Amino acid sequence: MNRFEVITPADLASASRLLAQDGHVAFAGGVDVLDLSKQNVESPTALVNLKGLKELGGIEVRPSGELRLGAMAKLSEVAEHPAIRARFTAIAEAAGEVATPQIRNLGTVGGNILQRPRCWYFRNPDVNCLKKGGDTCYAISGLNRYHAILGGGPAFIVHPSNLAPALIAMRASATIVGPAGERTVELEKFFTLPTVDPKRENSLKSGEIVTEVIVPASPSSVRSHYLEAREKQSFDWPLVSVAIALDRAPGANTVRDARVVMGAVAPVPWRSPEAEAALKGGPLDESRARAAAEAALKDARPMSDNAYKVVIAKVIVRRAIMSVAGLEAA
Amino acid sequence: MSKKTLVEATINGETVEFLCEPRQSLLETLRDVLELTGSKEGCLTGDCGACTVLVDGRPVCSCLMLGVEAQGKNIVTVEGLAINGVLHVLQNKFLEHAALQCGICTPGFLISAKSLLDRNPKPTEHEVRYALAGNLCRCTGYDKIVKAVLDAAADIRSQGEGKAAAR
Ligand SMILES: Cc1cc2nc3c(=O)[nH]c(=O)nc-3n(C[C@H](O)[C@H](O)[C@H](O)COP(=O)(O)OP(=O)(O)OC[C@H]3O[C@@H](n4cnc5c(N)ncnc54)[C@H](O)[C@@H]3O)c2cc1C
Ligand code: FES
Ligand code: FES
Repeated sequence: MNRFEVITPADLASASRLLAQDGHVAFAGGVDVLDLSKQNVESPTALVNLKGLKELGGIEVRPSGELRLGAMAKLSEVAEHPAIRARFTAIAEAAGEVATPQIRNLGTVGGNILQRPRCWYFRNPDVNCLKKGGDTCYAISGLNRYHAILGGGPAFIVHPSNLAPALIAMRASATIVGPAGERTVELEKFFTLPTVDPKRENSLKSGEIVTEVIVPASPSSVRSHYLEAREKQSFDWPLVSVAIALDRAPGANTVRDARVVMGAVAPVPWRSPEAEAALKGGPLDESRARAAAEAALKDARPMSDNAYKVVIAKVIVRRAIMSVAGLEAA
Repeated sequence: MSKKTLVEATINGETVEFLCEPRQSLLETLRDVLELTGSKEGCLTGDCGACTVLVDGRPVCSCLMLGVEAQGKNIVTVEGLAINGVLHVLQNKFLEHAALQCGICTPGFLISAKSLLDRNPKPTEHEVRYALAGNLCRCTGYDKIVKAVLDAAADIRSQGEGKAAAR
């Protein structure tokens, strides 16, 4: 690991100015920053410590019912928050399934959605792959059992964040402060495919800081759920995850509105309008859940070693729908 | 060469001042600067939990925190569990249940278990396993560790509502 200094900026504006400089990296919980530095994948010269910037802290459910997650809110705080568990269930569940208790006590909301991919070629300092400015995605002809089954190309990483699919299913936006002032962006549009720039996973610009994530009020008729499949039970990155939000008229079994967002299947959190359409219209039962799961994976293009992820994804999507609908999962 | 930073923290109840380099992890600082070698180094990537310490009451991987981040924090390591040579009930129960073999994972398990029992003196087996999910053990197969923690919880409860758990 190279030597770096740790700078604690006095306020948000100075943090943003510092982050516009070469070699300066935002330091939130630090889990991924330190991981990448220790493995010499990234070599920052200065860590700009975001701890202590008051605009970035806190979790609040506002009187309007809107949820505000400060970018520096810990994953453990999100997972344990009673109002998030009750009204924004998928978000609490997604945070509670991240890594281990120790890492959830360090990792933050902002850091979780901005963490870099886990692809073993990207994380190997000796491999200069497409994501690091090289000209090849080695997953194409190499080992790709954890790689993309949807939306891949020219790089085939999957987006690693648990929280992002759940936040997108609940229609969240990020507030971003930078040299050009403040902007708000829907999280769904924030993440970018490798076709835009294979080196990046989102549209954050130099000097920009995510200050908060805002989730609009969720009507009491909405039920949400996050479900993942993984190899190791104790903790692991998901092989496939899904966040579902369903809105049904009180007392009725037809879906008025649905959001289905998968994680770990594509280079971005993958929303499936096809599955959402399949859920709407008729009574919600097992065959409709099954049809929605088929629709979600209709365009899947597995690589040489990961066709199994298509099968798992269908099961996970169906089970998550059944569970939100209160139906017994088969 | 980076300058060393002066850090002041409370470690196992005592106020401590030390110098560390910005890139030194809290684990390195504890072990190499403060000579508190109870916290172990397993992976340095957040996977094994052998380096677990409490920071302001919450278990974290000290390998994923910098020493300079300890400034102003209250830190408890495994050395802080026994008081005046009297073992913590969790330590006694680990011995009684033979919940360790090589022992390298034990300091981390003890800290994770202490944090659970401090917050929840009546955990179910499922809650114990969820709280210990970030600690790996290559020797015991976990069952004895889970039993030791459940037994320690029962012991603390039988010693009077919360009194023993308070320390
Ligand atoms: C063993 C292990 C298992 C894991 N398992 C999972 C898992 O199952 N699911 C999952 O989702 N994650 C998992 N993770 C990843 C972990 O959740 C992330 O590393 C963590 O959430 C990152 O948060 P952080 O606050 O530590 O971010 P940092 O490491 O501080 O930052 C991450 C990135 O975001 C940038 N950044 C952070 N905050 C901001 C901000 N507010 N504005 C601008 N830039 C910012 C940093 O510069 C850096 O590039 C795992 C990690 C480990 C080590
Ligand atoms: S040494 Fe810190 S988690 Fe393994
Ligand atoms: S006792 Fe050897 S690793 Fe747990």
